Amino acid sequence: MEFLSSICPPEILCQILVGLSRMTILFIVASGLTLILGVLRIPNIAHGSLYMIGAFVAFSVSKWFGGGTTGFWMAVVLAPFAVALLSLVVERGIFAHLYEREHLMLLLLTFSFALILGDLVKVVWGGEYRTVQLPGSFKGPIPVESLPIPIYNIFLVIIGPFVALGLWFFTNKTKIGKISRAAAVDREMVGAVGINVSWVFAIVFVIGCFLAGMGGALVSPIVNITLGMDHTLIMEAFLIVIMGGLGNVWGALLGALIFGLTQSLGILIWPQFGIVFPYAAAVTVLLFRPTGLLKSTW
Amino acid sequence: MLSVNGIHTFYGLSHILFDVSLTVSQGEIVGLLGRNGAGKSTTMRSIMGLTPPRQGTITFKAEPITRQKAFLLVRRGIAYVPDDRRVFADLSVDDNLEITFRRNEDWNKERVYDLFPVLGEIKSRRGGNLSGGEQQMLAVGRALMSSPELLLLDEPTEGLAPLIVRDLEKQILKLRETGISILLSEQNVKSALKLISRVYVIDNGRIRFEGSLADFEANEEIKKKYLMI
Repeated sequence: MEFLSSICPPEILCQILVGLSRMTILFIVASGLTLILGVLRIPNIAHGSLYMIGAFVAFSVSKWFGGGTTGFWMAVVLAPFAVALLSLVVERGIFAHLYEREHLMLLLLTFSFALILGDLVKVVWGGEYRTVQLPGSFKGPIPVESLPIPIYNIFLVIIGPFVALGLWFFTNKTKIGKISRAAAVDREMVGAVGINVSWVFAIVFVIGCFLAGMGGALVSPIVNITLGMDHTLIMEAFLIVIMGGLGNVWGALLGALIFGLTQSLGILIWPQFGIVFPYAAAVTVLLFRPTGLLKSTW
Repeated sequence: MLSVNGIHTFYGLSHILFDVSLTVSQGEIVGLLGRNGAGKSTTMRSIMGLTPPRQGTITFKAEPITRQKAFLLVRRGIAYVPDDRRVFADLSVDDNLEITFRRNEDWNKERVYDLFPVLGEIKSRRGGNLSGGEQQMLAVGRALMSSPELLLLDEPTEGLAPLIVRDLEKQILKLRETGISILLSEQNVKSALKLISRVYVIDNGRIRFEGSLADFEANEEIKKKYLMI
């Protein structure tokens, strides 16, 4: 720690760690969004709603198991699967029949889903603020110099690379991942080599939504779980995806890194207008790289 | 083996194929010859279910396959090599072969690399970084991975250097020896005539000639009128 504080003032180090933990959540959600956008060509506005449902399910699961360490871990594990199951039903029931439609039509359809899911959350969980109790081992800060850094944020920073590694493994080392990369570029030809593209799409859609649910579950102990939490996130996630290059998972990582760090460091530079910095960064990136930082699959 | 009976195919409102009929028997290479825009590729796409015909029927091994999805046709034993190859640019040569559906163990990567040794030497290279000839070999190899009984080869020599065309012709003849039936669409008549045993000539979406290789060779009028040779 002394070495780090010698090269970087502790308050900046603290903000970088906060930014990196924010990046993890944004990356997990945006990577799912970009995966779906790249392979299925669906701009899924309802992705934010699935993130919100992930957080609410995490709350219910945690409560069901009596909170504490068990409740937290069960919530983090089960909530993404619950969201994945919901998305599988929606994909097989509705999206599977509409892939050939125009993007605008799909955009409007996912928007309608965002509204429906928002109301569903209101019916099931009501409009009150909820929160997931952090387990004792994650409570409290680790002091760096005189500034405390929450342990949970460090946990999130550690989780991020594992999710990235998992996605790398999926897209590069598994057959279904390779097929999904091929389908992102030429879905007709994937069908013409004997692959049932419809099921490939279903699997990718479910994985993408699983990531939204995972993001919601992981964020649930550090935010107020409430209606509307999807709105801000979906805007940020889309901006990250556009900044990184549509459909590029590594682009999402890069975009989330820029977004997370500019957000947390911006507060240090100009506290009243800290929120502006990530958006200014996005504008700057798009001015110089209109199609995003990395190669777009579109 | 394959029987196309009076198909009419449209792109939107444009009527492209008019009453096209053709057959391919077990183990033969049949040529579908015609100029650019004559309807060769549309015929191939219609058979493969990518641009399904609005009228007419297609049967494969006496079973109807009209308007079936492409992936189901591959599983029945039909493989397709498009004229623009369409190898998966982002995947390696090895992965291009690996992701293909395999009906049985007749063909595998090693057998494809035996047929096209060049591919074996560049198996980790990305499909998008291959030369035209290498891409063509990969497209054929990828189609063979499904162990097809019928191969739809759409203009395999298009854009290739003469030396590579000669190599490819040899491989196609080797494939015939394995018992695979081939429907070969070509503009390059000179190359096609070395491979095929029967000929269909297509022009403006209509079959204008149907006959043996000898009949075709003797028919100067057809060659001049529809193929400009």
